[in-house]
Amino acid sequence: MKKDLFAIHSRRSFLRDCAGGIGTVALANLLAQEGRTAELPLAAKKPHFAPKAKNVIFLFMEGAPSQMDLFDPKPELQKWHGKPLPTELTKDLKLAFIKPTAKVLGSPFEFQKYGQCGMELSTLLPGLGSIADDVCLVRSMYSEAFNHHPGQLFLFTGSMIGGRPTMGAWLNYGLGSESQNLPGFVVLASGVGTSAGSDNWSSGFLPSTYAGTVFRSKGDPIVYLANPKGISRDSQRLRLDALKELNEEHLEKTGDAEIASRIHSYELAYRMQMSAPELLDFSKESTETLKSYGIDQDATKTYGTNCLLARRLVERGVRYVMLMHASWDHHSALSNGLKTKTRETDQPAAALIKDLKQRGLLDETLVVWGGEFGRTPMSEIRRPDDPNSIGRDHHPNGYSIWMAGGGIKGGQVIGRTDDLALNIVEDKIHVHDLQATMLHLLGIDHLKLTYRHLGRDFRLTDLGGEVVKKLLA
Amino acid sequence: MQRCVLLFVLAATLSAKVDFSRQVEPVLRARCQGCHGAAQQMSGLRLDSREGALTGGYAGAVIAPGRSAESKLVARVVGGKGINQMPPGKPLSAEEIAVLKTWIDEGAEWPASKPVAAAAPVKSNHWAFQPVKRPANGNSIDAFVQARLQKEGLQSSPEADRATLLRRVFLDLTGLPPTPDDVANADSYEQVVDRLLQSPHFGERWARPWLDRARYADSDGYEKDWVRPYAWRYRHWVINAFNQDMTFDRFTAAQLAGDQMGGSAENRVATGFLRMTLTNREGGIDNKQFRFENTIDRVNTVGATWLGLTVGCTQCHDHKYDPVSQKDYYQLFAYFDGVEEVDVDAPMPGELGPYLQKRDEYQAKRDEMVKAYKVPELQAAWEKEMLRASANPGERTDWDLAWDCLLKLTEAGDGEKIIRIPAEKRTARQRTILEDHFIRNYHFAVGPKVYEQVKFKELDTKLRGLKDAYPQLTQAMAVEETAKVQSYLRVRGDYQTNGIPVKPAVPAVLPQAQGTTRLDLARWLTSREHPLTSRVTVNWIWAELFGRGLVKGLDDFGVRAEKPTHPELLDYLASQFMDNGWSMKKLIREIVLSKTYRQASTVRKELESRDPENALLARQTRIRLPAELIRDSALHSAGLLSLQVGGKSVKPPLPEGVMELGYGGRSANVWKESTGADKYRRGLYVHFQRSTPHPMLLNFDAPKANVALCKRERSNTPLQALNLLNDPVFFEAAAALAHQVMAASADWSTRLEEAFRLTLARKPSDRERRVFENFFTRQKEQLAKEQIGSESAAWTSLASVLLNTDEFITRE
Repeated sequence: MKKDLFAIHSRRSFLRDCAGGIGTVALANLLAQEGRTAELPLAAKKPHFAPKAKNVIFLFMEGAPSQMDLFDPKPELQKWHGKPLPTELTKDLKLAFIKPTAKVLGSPFEFQKYGQCGMELSTLLPGLGSIADDVCLVRSMYSEAFNHHPGQLFLFTGSMIGGRPTMGAWLNYGLGSESQNLPGFVVLASGVGTSAGSDNWSSGFLPSTYAGTVFRSKGDPIVYLANPKGISRDSQRLRLDALKELNEEHLEKTGDAEIASRIHSYELAYRMQMSAPELLDFSKESTETLKSYGIDQDATKTYGTNCLLARRLVERGVRYVMLMHASWDHHSALSNGLKTKTRETDQPAAALIKDLKQRGLLDETLVVWGGEFGRTPMSEIRRPDDPNSIGRDHHPNGYSIWMAGGGIKGGQVIGRTDDLALNIVEDKIHVHDLQATMLHLLGIDHLKLTYRHLGRDFRLTDLGGEVVKKLLA
Repeated sequence: MQRCVLLFVLAATLSAKVDFSRQVEPVLRARCQGCHGAAQQMSGLRLDSREGALTGGYAGAVIAPGRSAESKLVARVVGGKGINQMPPGKPLSAEEIAVLKTWIDEGAEWPASKPVAAAAPVKSNHWAFQPVKRPANGNSIDAFVQARLQKEGLQSSPEADRATLLRRVFLDLTGLPPTPDDVANADSYEQVVDRLLQSPHFGERWARPWLDRARYADSDGYEKDWVRPYAWRYRHWVINAFNQDMTFDRFTAAQLAGDQMGGSAENRVATGFLRMTLTNREGGIDNKQFRFENTIDRVNTVGATWLGLTVGCTQCHDHKYDPVSQKDYYQLFAYFDGVEEVDVDAPMPGELGPYLQKRDEYQAKRDEMVKAYKVPELQAAWEKEMLRASANPGERTDWDLAWDCLLKLTEAGDGEKIIRIPAEKRTARQRTILEDHFIRNYHFAVGPKVYEQVKFKELDTKLRGLKDAYPQLTQAMAVEETAKVQSYLRVRGDYQTNGIPVKPAVPAVLPQAQGTTRLDLARWLTSREHPLTSRVTVNWIWAELFGRGLVKGLDDFGVRAEKPTHPELLDYLASQFMDNGWSMKKLIREIVLSKTYRQASTVRKELESRDPENALLARQTRIRLPAELIRDSALHSAGLLSLQVGGKSVKPPLPEGVMELGYGGRSANVWKESTGADKYRRGLYVHFQRSTPHPMLLNFDAPKANVALCKRERSNTPLQALNLLNDPVFFEAAAALAHQVMAASADWSTRLEEAFRLTLARKPSDRERRVFENFFTRQKEQLAKEQIGSESAAWTSLASVLLNTDEFITRE
């Protein structure tokens, strides 16, 4: 990694050189105007305190995975199976589609203990089971949103209303990125698109510099990354060299430091073009590695590829990688749906943790797996005439996620829900608490990372958020 | 815990009855009345009179006589998790709390005492709330700017060279760079300005910053993000309004209250401003919540756009800095609370005649078609079952879902309203809306098998085909108000928690309004006495022309905002604006004719440290063009741009895979690439899909259209570089530019000059000539090596370099 080449001091001299003596004041001004320059806003910045993690991989399981079928065994539900719950227990629930009188659905899946820590997980998740001792399973998450779009916004921006920056954008704004050739916030998608679309990686009211860049599986990995038809790599360099000379001349003529920044943007763009193929080239990965991620199999290929790409991205200093996998929204056909989704994701996610660990990267990489909320213990029946169509509705009052790596204490289960999976009875963790904890692990005090907009200092955790000490190593 | 025990002990020991004037009143006076007294009534609460104390605040009563445990006053002074303890700072002592509790338990007696002072009128010395006064010491823009520069001991810059100035004023007034013909035909600067003000492209250029405020988009937003096929009709209205120089007071009234102005369909189209809010059609959402959010958005948009105030803060509590209370907020909210969304006919010229001629025939054919599929009888039965399902939720889960879909899935969200109107009383439009919904969504109720049997999919296709075969009227998204609504303050901004009832009224700190309709509100906003609207408006127009407002925060004129750099100039412009009958063209004309505007934008050494942001205006400012204008400039220089004004949105080429990232990948079908001239329309017509916007627009900081945006960022990123270097649209422009240049002459130098004229409206310098000579030779060699060796490929490459220069994407 050539990190030092473009550290701030060398950038200053770069500016001085190409500016033909542009004054230091203009330069200072340029430095001050965050977001108006290409690289400076993303130059690595100091955190508030010593961080445990440097980078984040968020495995976003879009659509709300069902906690009592995957992570949170509820044998009591079998007793209620097919019967409605007493209304006093259900009347205050926020439900999207079903009514409080809906009948209970006992989980069709078995659970067993995994790892030395004896973590109880669904047998749909042997991969996760194999890394149980590195994982902190949280069974007591709750959200305020009970619909997808608001729920996803809440998870990533701390607010249900659109227009605010996402976690990755906040981190790039607060910490910059250590990668000089790649964007600091990369988005990888598999499955269909998500409910919140590009709102999930938006920079909101922060400058667009901090927005997530989507690496696509079709076409160019980054939009407009490939040269136009007929422009070879050498021709591209010729274009850039001429452009640089012209811009330099104009910089001299106008004295506008913004042009120095433009010149730099073009150079960075070129480096991105040059480094992306290497990033995407898996030929130097061993067959075992590719196999472990399941890249050799149809079911796991897409997600596995993204998991491996995520490792390669953090290896190259990318601050925040969001991997989206849709859709876990099993209103109907829950049983088959979960089998498919876990088949696609369980092995690659486990391989990612093992691979990071083996390379000594797990300690500095925070991995989070989860959705925007959970699902109801009651069933949703859209087609009464088709027993396979049974599913579950949205449930924000108690759901599960897991975390690993960068400062997380593995091999433990945090939080408890009641026997009917309706409410949390121990260690409630609000979405804002999760956000505060993630920032904390990256060395950021969530109360201090703010941005003034519309007369108010906004932060990721809105008006809430407490660091959850129990999660920390 | 300890405190509770202590309280209990203390309460038990207070055997004698509490003496109000000796024990209670002093506590209230010392610890509460500072914020809850005659001077201020935070959260609407007064604790200096019996009446005030018993009435309570925004959220209702705070004292329940005889029941201290149920009294909010006690809960708030005791505090605890999740409770904002009062008073802020040092809490009350256990003894003081015990006194209050006992007093309440004993009946909260408050002996009649001296009359209480009336609440002080809300006043503010803040400059922005004072009336606009025409300054006595100057009567031109330049005089005020000069006066300030003199005070600072600074000189203004000379006038920009003619080429730069022409390009500047063309871009600023029409958003298009001048063509070589434009430059050749340019007469005096003033004449150029007057011609540009009459150009139909003026409206396109100036509509865009207004559409940013209106959060204009072509889709709903949120998960489903449906396309809004007629959103463009509102944009069309805005473009026309600017072109006709509609005065800003009328412009305001039509958009906020066109439905209350009577008569013209165009006025109703204008209310599309209020419809640019997002629509959430996600299954299972609470319609009441999103109706509330939309009203909130309307209030905040008016706050930012006309008042220049961050009223959004007061959705949840009194403003921390500005003299705007939460009650003020919900009084503004009350103006918009009764707004109902409705789509209306908004025919474009030439549509109405053919439509009327064929309307009956079309309807007859349609009726025949639906009859053939037994729609009338099936729908009647469906409606009955739907109403039953809505009355008996949970009885049949499939019908519950069908009902929920009816609430979400009609275009204007009026499904429930229509189904509850008896069939014979529905309008023709309502009948069609419900019928269409029924035909498309019957399967939710009866399942796929039955749905297949009735062949409604086939019917739907036929109906759509029929509709396409007959002339239809363009629709517009509009609003109406059919019923009076009682509005409430919402405690902590939560839509489910009603506080005190409120009526439409304007913030107490501002001159008061007459009347309670939206039209009254609009008239108040543009009254001569209003201190904000004129200032806020001239300020954003100024910022469009100088890159910075006289008040830096375009949407914040509050007490914490930066003060105006030239307060007298601001008031001069605001007075001029109003005295000229709120004419935007006259205002813009005066600004662009000023010497201040015409200065060179070159950064002078001595100003670098003194005035890095160019607040003092000793020069002009270089402004990187907004996204849409970068596209327009490239296509226009290349001779590709379609100059058609107004009309529907278009879909230029889009990189593969962008739309698939929307919900369920379904919006992939949304982008059917435009053909012919529509492929080359201006950037402002590019279809804006909220969940998956065109990447070129986002790369260059176009707004995301969630909330009103008063000031765009001007970022400078590598993704922009990739966009201009590699986007096939820009490369096609380079090829077309090369084609033009080569057609113009066979001589290399002449060609280069032509390329400069077409892009930068000037001649190349000697050094630039050398750079390009060198480049061209090497590029040709390179191409020869790659066996592409054509002259045009080398010129295309050269043209693309010009289109990528900082100068080309900057208005200087």
